[in-house]
Amino acid sequence: MKILVAVKRVVDYAVKIRVKPDKTGVDTQNVKMSMNPFCEIALEEALRIKEAGFAKEVVAVSIGPSQCVDTLRTGLAMGADRGIHVEASYSFLPLTIAKILKSLADVENPGLIFLGKQAIDDDCNQTGQMVAALLGWPQATFASKVVLDKDKQSATVDREVDEGLETLSVDLPAVITTDLRLNQPRYATLPNIMKAKSKPIKKMTLEDLKVDIKSDIEIVEVTEPPKRKSGVIVSSVDELIYKLKNEAHVV
Amino acid sequence: MKKMKALFRSSSSSSLSFTIMHRFLLKLSSSTNPLRNSKNQLPLILPRFLSSTTASESPPPPRTSHPSNRFISRSGHPYSADSFRKSQAFSSKSRALGVRCISSEAGRESIEYDVLIIGAGPAGLSAAIRLKQLCQEKNADLSVCVVEKGAEVGGHVISGNVFEPLALDELLPHWRQEQAPIEVAASSDKFWFLTKNRAISLPSPFDNKGNYVISLSQLVRWLGGKAEELGIEIYPGFSASEVLYDASDKVVGIATKDMGISKDGSKKETFQPGVDIKGRVTLFAEGCRGSLSEKIIKKYKLREEVNAQHQTYALGIKEVWEIDESKHNPGEVVHTLGWPLDPKTYGGSFLYHMNNRQVALGLVVALNYKNPFLNPYEEFQKLKHHPAIKRILEGGTVLQYGARTLNEGGFQSIPYPVFPGGAIIGCSAGFLNVPKIKGTHTAMKSGMLAAEAAFGALHEGSNMSTYWDNLRSSWVWKELYSARNYRPAFEYGLIPGLAVSAMEHYVLRGKVPFTLKHGKADHEATDLARKWKPIEYPKPDGVLSFDVPTSLYRSNTNHDHDQPSHLRLRDPKIPEKVNLPEYAAPESRYCPARVYEYVEDEEGKPKLQINAQNCLHCKACDIKDPKQNIEWTVPEGGGGPAYSIM
Repeated sequence: MKILVAVKRVVDYAVKIRVKPDKTGVDTQNVKMSMNPFCEIALEEALRIKEAGFAKEVVAVSIGPSQCVDTLRTGLAMGADRGIHVEASYSFLPLTIAKILKSLADVENPGLIFLGKQAIDDDCNQTGQMVAALLGWPQATFASKVVLDKDKQSATVDREVDEGLETLSVDLPAVITTDLRLNQPRYATLPNIMKAKSKPIKKMTLEDLKVDIKSDIEIVEVTEPPKRKSGVIVSSVDELIYKLKNEAHVV
Repeated sequence: MKKMKALFRSSSSSSLSFTIMHRFLLKLSSSTNPLRNSKNQLPLILPRFLSSTTASESPPPPRTSHPSNRFISRSGHPYSADSFRKSQAFSSKSRALGVRCISSEAGRESIEYDVLIIGAGPAGLSAAIRLKQLCQEKNADLSVCVVEKGAEVGGHVISGNVFEPLALDELLPHWRQEQAPIEVAASSDKFWFLTKNRAISLPSPFDNKGNYVISLSQLVRWLGGKAEELGIEIYPGFSASEVLYDASDKVVGIATKDMGISKDGSKKETFQPGVDIKGRVTLFAEGCRGSLSEKIIKKYKLREEVNAQHQTYALGIKEVWEIDESKHNPGEVVHTLGWPLDPKTYGGSFLYHMNNRQVALGLVVALNYKNPFLNPYEEFQKLKHHPAIKRILEGGTVLQYGARTLNEGGFQSIPYPVFPGGAIIGCSAGFLNVPKIKGTHTAMKSGMLAAEAAFGALHEGSNMSTYWDNLRSSWVWKELYSARNYRPAFEYGLIPGLAVSAMEHYVLRGKVPFTLKHGKADHEATDLARKWKPIEYPKPDGVLSFDVPTSLYRSNTNHDHDQPSHLRLRDPKIPEKVNLPEYAAPESRYCPARVYEYVEDEEGKPKLQINAQNCLHCKACDIKDPKQNIEWTVPEGGGGPAYSIM
């Protein structure tokens, strides 16, 4: 079985970001970028499944500008067998990404597609679900535990939901998105980084995949959240009730 | 837009608004409790965590940041806190005894290169590039590896910086046509003497014509790209934690730090032991007060060998601001003296206009100050409120913050930089020209000269000592020699210092038969607290001045918190026995990252808390601790600040 893992290159989580002065987006120039932490978890899970003998190959795919190759190399250094870089000059929204992944899945025929549950730059939490819908495959999102059954060709997935944990069984092929507590991604070792340099990364274009990238969504403006106003100290409970009733209108 | 924000603990409960709770949530969900105190007798105090949390979406810190990476999965020995410390202490001895020699030991992988360079800064990268150039010229083939503790090349690089392109012209003569991030020519040299309210213009002792206002972090990134084009292997995200020796006590390389050890010393699930990286020649380019370089200098007595004095240092604290277009004047270079520092404390500030409406602003304070209550960070905040500075910053925003120590010892403190197996280059040896406050060009040149010596040693059978000979016949030596008396003159006070500076600048230019000596070592200069009064610093206004957690957030610094503190106390009792009562805990003031805090323990007694996660890798604590009790060692690779425009 082949596992396809989609990884995204995002602004590193520890970096302080700011909005560009022209409000078209976040300033990503000269900013440290890394693999999305949830994508790392997804890749780690795929690698563990391969090491357990359930899969033969782990393929990492990234969609974006040429620097995505660095992200893919990191994935290869962790242990992925090969990488696919889909060249795209700007960042796409989840539906476009899902369409690209669907085209890739049609070509690669994986038994499992792993994604992080969301990217930390846009927090969309949509791509995995859309890929499953486009492919007509079952999906198990927010996975905190994945157990494969080779004979039944299915996966039992614990999902982290608001009420606690939900256990699903999905038939393969399936789409799984990973949540925080699924695993702890491994460090990539220096010898593996060196080996990763010779692992193949296939370059593909949107034309190759015949994907329509027209989006119905347009980003109009990006602004910083409004500055938090300072609180007011009230002198008595009555005053508090008065304020809640007449100023905040919540009582 | 949810982003992870750093957890910067401050017992004075200031901004809790910045927290990374990924690991914390992870731990809470599992059975291990991060708040439990270690039962093992560690010489370190485990930091306590504040339990507030923000966003529920808190991914774990990336194990593999771009492309920071860690080490192999081997090695079997069990790790308890005790055996961890013991094995660390023991292993360097065992190597000296030849137990862990050149051949790879069971469980540790060993990678060999012709030349190994520690540190991808200006000196390290220049040395690497020069080596490959020589290989091309002489049709040789040498493998060159550069290891760098920052997650990215340039991530730990911070400097003023008004760049003198002398060495770069020699190294890469066509840099102007290769999109080097060197674009803003210095257009004016202003020099102000500041009093509390005024800025008195003085004739500038600097002449920066032909120099450029740059971000050194950007330049180093560019140099890194050039180096990779030449086939140099650069591995960011790996910290060199130990020097490796062979049976004859010759340096054969370094060992990278073990990764995945938890705070109490036990191995985590992701544990990887370090890798031995060996070089036929090893060059140390760790920057000012490099942790391994200091060990090497001590071990081989490199200062004694040439009768060099001790090194002296200053702490530089810097911010990059984006200011109002109308106030921006690209190329303008301003230096100040005087306020807010008192006449007995050497230091000054700088304000350089870069491009993109950015200005670099910083305060440099010599670390031989006497008053233990001095707080360089707060002095910097004061500086920003000076009318002449405020005028420029008003309406702007801070983009990045950072701090780093720099050498002030100059000529008198240069050690013999060659040792069996390699050499020390750049600020780790100490080639900064103090009156010019420039060290980049000399660091680069020293790297190039060491590369030439290494090439000779490896390819032509000569000796590494030709590095020393070539240094002494180069412009680096001439420059540092003629600049040698400026800084020591300030030992006598501000006025004598200025007087000597004027004499040197206009008349003498170093052509005197004597060489002034440095005063006490920085850590010895600190006076007892009872001789001084605490300084009342104003509260930050949140617009021009800020508290430490806010500033730290802008340095993008982070470390995986579940690792042993990389700041080691040689004697764990000294902070409470000596630092606090006798010196009023200066480490809680000179550290620009609030790593050191005294908090009350269960019995109400003050105890030192080390917030190692905040560390900016500036090395001030290693330098200034009165009893030299704090030892700065490398944390896991990839941690530390993420400077991009500093």
